[in-house]
Amino acid sequence: MSAAINLESAPRPKMQARGLSIYYANKLAVKDLSLDITEKQVLALIGPSGCGKSTFLRALNRMNDLIPAARHTGEVLLDSANIYDRGVDVVELRRRVGMVFQKSNPFPKSIFENVAYGLRIAGMNDRAELAVRVERSLEQSALWDEVKDRLGDSALALSGGQQQRLCIARALAIEPEVVLMDEPASALDPLSTAKIEDLIHELKARYTIVIVTHNMQQAARVSDQTAFFFMGEMVEVGPTAKMFTTPTNRRTEDYVTGKFG
Amino acid sequence: MSATTRKLTSGLFSGISGLAAALIVAALAVIIGDAVAGGWSKLSWEFFTGEPTEGMTAGGIFPAIWGTTVLTLMMTVAVMPVGVMTAIYLHEYAPVQSRLAAAVRVAVQNLAGVPSIVFGLFGLGFFIHFLGEGMDRALGGELRYGQPGLLWASLTLAVLTLPVVIVATEEALRAVPTDLRNASLALGATKSQTLWRIVLPGATPGILTGAILAVSRGAGEVAPILLTGAAYFLPELPSTINSQFMHLGYHTYVLATQSPDVEATRPLLYGTVLVLLMLTFTLNFVAVLLRSRTRSRANA
Amino acid sequence: MRILADSSPRLAPRPTPKRRWQLREKLIEGAITAVAFSGVLAIGLILIFVAKEAVPLFVDPEALKEVSLSKLFLPQVLKPGKPATFVWQPVSDIPKVSLIPLFIGTLKVSVVAMLIAAPLGVLAALFTSELAPRKLREWLKPTIELLAGVPSVVLGFFALMVLATLFQDTFGLTYRLNALVAGVALSLAIVPVVFTVAEDALTAVPRSYREASLALGATRWDTAWRVVLPAAAPGVLAACVLGLGRAIGETMVVLMASGNASIVSPHLTDSTRTLSATIAAEMGEVVVGSPHYGLLFFIGVQLFAITFVLNLLAGAWTRRVVRRLGGKV
Repeated sequence: MSAAINLESAPRPKMQARGLSIYYANKLAVKDLSLDITEKQVLALIGPSGCGKSTFLRALNRMNDLIPAARHTGEVLLDSANIYDRGVDVVELRRRVGMVFQKSNPFPKSIFENVAYGLRIAGMNDRAELAVRVERSLEQSALWDEVKDRLGDSALALSGGQQQRLCIARALAIEPEVVLMDEPASALDPLSTAKIEDLIHELKARYTIVIVTHNMQQAARVSDQTAFFFMGEMVEVGPTAKMFTTPTNRRTEDYVTGKFG
Repeated sequence: MSATTRKLTSGLFSGISGLAAALIVAALAVIIGDAVAGGWSKLSWEFFTGEPTEGMTAGGIFPAIWGTTVLTLMMTVAVMPVGVMTAIYLHEYAPVQSRLAAAVRVAVQNLAGVPSIVFGLFGLGFFIHFLGEGMDRALGGELRYGQPGLLWASLTLAVLTLPVVIVATEEALRAVPTDLRNASLALGATKSQTLWRIVLPGATPGILTGAILAVSRGAGEVAPILLTGAAYFLPELPSTINSQFMHLGYHTYVLATQSPDVEATRPLLYGTVLVLLMLTFTLNFVAVLLRSRTRSRANA
Repeated sequence: MRILADSSPRLAPRPTPKRRWQLREKLIEGAITAVAFSGVLAIGLILIFVAKEAVPLFVDPEALKEVSLSKLFLPQVLKPGKPATFVWQPVSDIPKVSLIPLFIGTLKVSVVAMLIAAPLGVLAALFTSELAPRKLREWLKPTIELLAGVPSVVLGFFALMVLATLFQDTFGLTYRLNALVAGVALSLAIVPVVFTVAEDALTAVPRSYREASLALGATRWDTAWRVVLPAAAPGVLAACVLGLGRAIGETMVVLMASGNASIVSPHLTDSTRTLSATIAAEMGEVVVGSPHYGLLFFIGVQLFAITFVLNLLAGAWTRRVVRRLGGKV
């Protein structure tokens, strides 16, 4: 069946978690979680550290598969198909659900080759086509003007904020449908953080974004929906404005007003 | 015990331990100094390019340099793929608490402790008598592989240097940040693509260090090749992989112990030792440099 | 499958279809795993093929006439009326195959080497890891490890040309080449082994141990000797055991410096012959398949067994120190 994307219709869930529990060895990290992720919106996951929000994020593109002791029950749907089904191609999944990590992790290659990496491993070798795609991704991540004259330089020579935007460009180059961001600005200075936040705003038009953040103001600024995690459970989810003004749950209120965290 | 005596004994014993370190360095210096003093004047174009003449009392050591080079090259070609792949298995593929991985680790550790002369026996018993003679029988009975020669000596040395390569490669793989592997996998790369495009390029200097250390070790080992192919004197350079060969280390041994005229051989002997030392030290030095560069980069 | 069937309108290049890449990944993983097994295979083959050549010694009727366990290890009466002795003379009308002179030779040389290398290596390691200033430490370690890069044939050469003469002149020895010269030269070969392993063990001791001791007013030496060294004791012991294993198996140094006389003598200044040197010296002249040939392989089996056990011991102790200190190697 074809995925008829109708922009005029009401927002529909791009991804859904259904009764998802995740264990590390025998420790329950995420407990019986059900959550819809709306297409072309930004969902922020907030909560104190160790609450399971990053674990949940990594479950969305099966990065948890890489941790030998991790197992799960329940399902995660992408366009209504369970990504944990036996027949699912993890490589294909990760190309559709991209990821940006907490610590910027550019490859020790040139700026150009970093962005082109995902395309090259998928078999694209045409230099001209690569150049077009690299430029577009760098523009989308608002880095093009800063690096266009030195695409051949090592990515490691960029500043921390630039490196993180490069990592975003790298993730965008393969044109994913969903972008997962694990505290993408936590290691950056305020100016770089602002740039990343602006970027997230712009990317929303094309991508479905899930962002984990420690920073409540950031969640309030960038997201449409916010989900609050506590001790492995999702306590509450709702429109961001409501979550920060009139949360229904007491613990959410305590957290967003800074009583603990 | 008063504070003063305590300080005195502390100082005394600190001094003794420093002396121990100094003594080792001094021994190294004396060995090098002796080789340089005795062999420096011998180093010349003729010495490097000539053949031994007049009953090994004159001429050069080119055949020994050539034999050592070819032998260690063949050894490197044999040991690197196996050693690197083993390390890749141990660090990238082995499941946590894998029995096979544990067995490989114990085996490699013990392999490193097997006396080199036992490797010689192994080369003789397995490569020459078992594999070589078996191949000769299969190929029609002509004596080709069932005798000591370059091929079997280099394979014996490859087994001997296998632990060196594995240990160095594993260290190199460990120095490649997990972040980079995750980034690659998250971009939809497969494990082998990640390995080939991200991990191995990052580990290359460390792997190279392992190769150099293996070459340095292999070039200096004499006991194994004593039994598997080194020759006292050959009028011609080895022409096939089954030929016997001359070797710097073996040449040193022969000149030092079997010479009919010790005094006449002495300059030649010292020259050979100096060349051998220069070779292994240069290799070691390069390995140390490469390694410290890799380490500082990994920690950055 | 939904995910596979979805025809994305995007421009992303299609990666290899799932079946094909998964098959390729499986093949690569299989190949790597198979090759990784080679280390285990190597140690197995070494044992099998060295032992294989020694087996006829105990089953072949021809060989049994010359060799038996009692002839190998017990004193033999060689001429009627004379006392029983140990003699290694495998090439003679009546081959005499006692391994005892070779064991004694190995023991003498190894003990001399260990008596020098163990204290020297451990003290130098203690100095390097605990007492030396940072700058000194940074070049001391690679310099001492450079000694490990000196081929053993060069150490043998050095013993033969320099040490032997020096010792003979200094102590007025009858035999130029003897157990003492070989042992001293051998200690140069194993000192880097002891040093490196001991230094690693000492460095693994957590900084908090040192700080606790220094805060109590202990001197740096007290701290090194009474706190750090005991904490790392199994690792330091492992270093010595590894050194001993290397000493027993080392060939070229003793072959060149020991004089190679297979005599039973309690004196360090007599020439002597070790197990390893015997193989190296005699393998060149033996007839393949003869009892003598089998004997040399039998010696190899014993060298393999001795060093294997010592290595296992050292490995176990090293793991213990790692576990005890809760650190990583």
